[in-house]
Amino acid sequence: MKQVLVACGAGIATSTVVNSAIEEMAKEHNLKLDLKQIKITEVGSYEDTADLLVTTAMTKKEYPFPVINARNFLTGIGVEDTKKQILNELKK
Amino acid sequence: MSGIFLDESIILLDLEATTKEEVLTVMGKNLQESGLVEESFTKAIVARESAFATGLPTKGVSVAIPHTDVEHVKQKAISVAILKDPVGFGVMGDEETMTPVKIIFMLAMDRADDQLTLLQSLMQIFQDEATLNYLANEDNKANIKKLLAKKLDLSFEGGEV
Repeated sequence: MKQVLVACGAGIATSTVVNSAIEEMAKEHNLKLDLKQIKITEVGSYEDTADLLVTTAMTKKEYPFPVINARNFLTGIGVEDTKKQILNELKK
Repeated sequence: MSGIFLDESIILLDLEATTKEEVLTVMGKNLQESGLVEESFTKAIVARESAFATGLPTKGVSVAIPHTDVEHVKQKAISVAILKDPVGFGVMGDEETMTPVKIIFMLAMDRADDQLTLLQSLMQIFQDEATLNYLANEDNKANIKKLLAKKLDLSFEGGEV
């Protein structure tokens, strides 16, 4: 099962929306995921286990897993492309 | 409204400011004077905005959704400000880019786990250019309150809250 981190600055607002969108995507595509909704500052503790980070906050740090920007989930602009990007990573 | 405080006293029209810090301070202090947030709220929200920008380049006018940790909040509320002239906010998730923000939705959240439906309704407003333009140009607080209550309420129907 892939571990997906969903992070924003506070871990309470935008990540909630993104988390729910990914849950729906996973259901739709029959993917079992280990979704973790966290603050961006907590990403470090999942460095060894995570497969993907989806975040509305910017990270300067390099991680050993891909990072996808999720701002489009909030504005609706280009959200289909972002979903495809996430799906591609989940199906790898 | 599912216990979310939204009142004309926390809708600010024609707010004049030149920096995002000014905008956040006026809105934060106003929430504090209404007894909705702790004294620490304003400082916390200014700091959070500078670390994690919340500007969103939406269609038409840009918006920002400043928020901070739950311990600074007494009563869940949304404060709205329409700026007289747009003020530059950092774009969420993008340190290099600024966006000229016209409408601020300041979220005072008192719990981390019960706001999905509210947030989703807000996002629907962000994706609705006509509503954003209406809000940016409306000069009657009662109309703004009515529209938001309707938009946020309608989406509660069938939601899980």
